[in-house]
Amino acid sequence: MTEKRMICISCPMGCELRVALEGKEVVSVSGNRCPRGEEYARAEAVEPMRVLMTLVKVEGGRERVISVKTDRPIPLRLFPQAMERVRVLSVRAPVRIGTVIEEDFLSTGANLVATRSSR
Amino acid sequence: MRAPEVDVLVVGAGAAGMAAATAAARAGARTVLLERGERLGGVLEQCIHPGFGLHRYREELTGPEFAHRLRAELEDSGAEILTGTTVLEILPDGPRVKAVTPRGLRKFRSRAVVWAAGARERPFGALRIPGTRPAGIFTAGLAQRLLDLEGLLPGRRAVILGSGDIGLIMARRLHLEGVEVRAVLEIQPFPGGLTRNVVQCLQDFGIPLLLSHTVAEVHGRKRLEGITAVKVDARWNPLPGTERYIEADALVLSVGLIPETRLIEGFVQLDPVNRGPKVNGSLQTDVPWLFAAGNCVAVFDLVDTVAALGERAGIAAARYARGELPSGRKVPLVRGENVVGLVPSYLNGAMGSVAVHLRVPRPMEGVTVDLGGVVRRRVRVARPAEMIEIRLGKEEIAELSRAPQVVVEVKPQ
Repeated sequence: MTEKRMICISCPMGCELRVALEGKEVVSVSGNRCPRGEEYARAEAVEPMRVLMTLVKVEGGRERVISVKTDRPIPLRLFPQAMERVRVLSVRAPVRIGTVIEEDFLSTGANLVATRSSR
Repeated sequence: MRAPEVDVLVVGAGAAGMAAATAAARAGARTVLLERGERLGGVLEQCIHPGFGLHRYREELTGPEFAHRLRAELEDSGAEILTGTTVLEILPDGPRVKAVTPRGLRKFRSRAVVWAAGARERPFGALRIPGTRPAGIFTAGLAQRLLDLEGLLPGRRAVILGSGDIGLIMARRLHLEGVEVRAVLEIQPFPGGLTRNVVQCLQDFGIPLLLSHTVAEVHGRKRLEGITAVKVDARWNPLPGTERYIEADALVLSVGLIPETRLIEGFVQLDPVNRGPKVNGSLQTDVPWLFAAGNCVAVFDLVDTVAALGERAGIAAARYARGELPSGRKVPLVRGENVVGLVPSYLNGAMGSVAVHLRVPRPMEGVTVDLGGVVRRRVRVARPAEMIEIRLGKEEIAELSRAPQVVVEVKPQ
């Protein structure tokens, strides 16, 4: 049995949560003062998910880079791989905000989309 | 004298200014928006992380996406937009506004002005840190601009001073782009930013947060080579023997924002704590034709709040320009116990309900916000990183307005 400690970020209370894990199974959550805390702890303990925001090179545009994000959260553990992938990507200007730069990014089901336009 | 050619002139096209110009134009005012930069959006353009728009658009957007929506609303509103235009002077008689446009000097006469110039970062020079003055020291906003707008890294190994949200966000951005973030130093015994950002910007990537720490000395001749970190006591005095050297070629400062007031401070009353102009519930300053909104009034946490206040200022300015804004009674809101940031400075009912924003000086649990002993609201957790918003209805404002002033306090329950 292992224990993970974390601070709940579901609301400003910031409860200090303890999650007991049996392998990848959550056995119990304590320290939470509401049900949202338990939900947060269960998700965080097994697979923290985050939106990735970064930059992609632009060719032939006024800007050198364009800001991008995943259109939904992806596993945090994939971030190093994701950054490696992003570094080799580039787009040709013009790019419109909302344009999909890469579909099904790293087979996560999330798309990498431009969050800015570049002329 | 000829009649003013403009009803509402807005200075600054960040979130507050764009929202103000949009609202003023929609209310039928001849509106001109002046922006010194080439693009609209202010600091939003370089805030490429998500977390914007949850209140205004009910979805989570990045800064550039939020700015894009505000721009679309603005372009639709009929307001005239002048970029590359720097305001030099606001003359109280008239009012008249002098500005340098790409075509030369221009003078505007308007019936009302909305000041929406945002805030500036507290610079390195204000910190009086001993040591050399090498290259490699950046304010967080500048580092963010270099990285996220221009694609330039500020260094290879960075130390961040200050754990406000911008500092935390930059720690994550620099880490993701391959910069080794050695540590985030915070002089207070608690983080300056949101817990969410401490978790998702630092803990996610194993970046150390050193509380009650600051930079004692800067090292390096031409380029920064390292800093000496030191632990401090409750009064921020360095504790001898706790110094440690951290090698770094970039020092990123997130040590506070100061409302921009340079062109108005000569003739308008400022709030000494907020450091921006005193405003009432209509975002009207002590000078009746001058309105102010956004981070030039006080530094707010959420762009959604800034845009909402901008909108209100725009509507109020348009009404003032038509002679339809009742001056009404201004009842001073006064800081009591545990209140630092406080907006507005005066309570009035001219625009219906009013949102009072206040900030506590330290984290507190289970508190009551008390306005004049008349209105009380319970708040479970109060933190310096998150402003408390108290909405006052018309009846509450009327009741509070009977007193000569209203003391705002935050009391433990």
